[in-house]
Amino acid sequence: MISVSNLNKTFGLKQVLKDINFTFETGKTNLVIGASGSGKTTLIKCMVGLHFPDSGQISFDGESFLEMDKKNQRELRKEIGMLFQGGALFDYLTVEENIAFPLNLFTDMSKEEKRERVDFCLKRVNLSNVNSLFPSELSGGMIKRVAIARAISMKPKYLFCDEPNSGLDPQTSIIIDNLIQEITQEYNITTIVNTHDMNSVMEIGDNIALIHEGKLAWKGDKNEIIRSSNKELNNFVFASQLFQKIKA
Amino acid sequence: MIEGIKTFGQYLTMLGNVFSIPQNRKVYFRRVIDEMVKLGVNSLAIVSIISLFMGAVVTIQTGLQLSNPFIPKYLIGYATRESLILEFSPTMIALILAGKVGSSIASEIGTMRVSEQIDALEIMGINSASFIIQPKIIASVLFFPFLVVISMAIGMFGGFLAATLGGIISEAEFFQGLMYWFEPYYIFYALFKTVFFAFAISSISSFFGYYTKGGAIAVGKSSTKAVVYSCIVVLIINFIITQLMLA
Repeated sequence: MISVSNLNKTFGLKQVLKDINFTFETGKTNLVIGASGSGKTTLIKCMVGLHFPDSGQISFDGESFLEMDKKNQRELRKEIGMLFQGGALFDYLTVEENIAFPLNLFTDMSKEEKRERVDFCLKRVNLSNVNSLFPSELSGGMIKRVAIARAISMKPKYLFCDEPNSGLDPQTSIIIDNLIQEITQEYNITTIVNTHDMNSVMEIGDNIALIHEGKLAWKGDKNEIIRSSNKELNNFVFASQLFQKIKA
Repeated sequence: MIEGIKTFGQYLTMLGNVFSIPQNRKVYFRRVIDEMVKLGVNSLAIVSIISLFMGAVVTIQTGLQLSNPFIPKYLIGYATRESLILEFSPTMIALILAGKVGSSIASEIGTMRVSEQIDALEIMGINSASFIIQPKIIASVLFFPFLVVISMAIGMFGGFLAATLGGIISEAEFFQGLMYWFEPYYIFYALFKTVFFAFAISSISSFFGYYTKGGAIAVGKSSTKAVVYSCIVVLIINFIITQLMLA
């Protein structure tokens, strides 16, 4: 479980996050939704320590992340897997080397054990025979899947996904969404997905936070979305005619 | 001015992060070797070509200056050796490497920054500055002096070819000049300043790459800045070290 309380973040004169309070639950797919520029990515980056908030608290299973020294923050980060928007695979390494990268650095596994773990992770994301390929030889969907495989290679307790469906076709998006949800439930991890894809929201939104202009505007789950009378949520969700028809 | 001090402070902070104990020595050692190949071995060809022609031109020009019959001809070989050891090989090669290696380092790290690869390293609990930059600095500091020694040897060979094939002086006179009044301290001076050049080029280029903000255009700008600042710092270091060691 990750909880965020009274989180504020300013860039120059612009306050990007305003007093955010939210709890991301374990074993659930927690979604942070909102329009572009609403502060979703900043929130996630504050949570993993890529940005430092001006004030507030972030705790991972009760341990305050911001009060930890650098060494302990690094130790905690070994329990975090992150799927970046563009995949962020190391382009000078093959798929196998990318997935084995954290294993090489932080474990004493033998070569055979590492290969087994890499194969297991690739199988888990439904990929095979790609071990020796470089990221430049993969499609967008495959890059995302390899990035997920790398993120789970160290058996993380927390999984962060920044816009996992950006640049993907609807069919591949569904595959990635289902994969994220399956992994979350299978390993009982705390997953935080940052998205503005309404299909994802309706598919995998177990616990949802809507960020509007840096503020937490609404929280709930996918079943409550359609019924909610929250103005910001309705503006966001029913921007699409399809969802307007569903509501009608 | 204030911006300059801020940037220098940021550079020193980065160096503080770079020089921390590696998290996995085996992986770190392999990265240093990889960087030596990438930054050093892959520069051998350009260093050799430039040095060969540089030595030849120095010999021809020295031959022109020393055409007086009262000046012994072997001094052409001597002047070629001294010019190459003291200045041309260390400084010229450093400037060439600032262009080749500097732009390569800045664009590689800059691309890693804009494609979130550096963020990915941080999320994994890795000190990204140390992991990416330290091997590049160590590889450059260890390998650049080797490149300079090769440049000296090839430069002298180029001078020899120009002198003998161009009929400037005989083979024996050129070799006599090469061996005349040899001062080993000059080699030490050249290699000593090369170590500083290597550190400056690799760390400055890494700095501009590491703090790239934006996209592809920003990577290009970082790369240009890396080359320009590396060249300026190399020339300043050259002046200071020469003043301290030879004046």
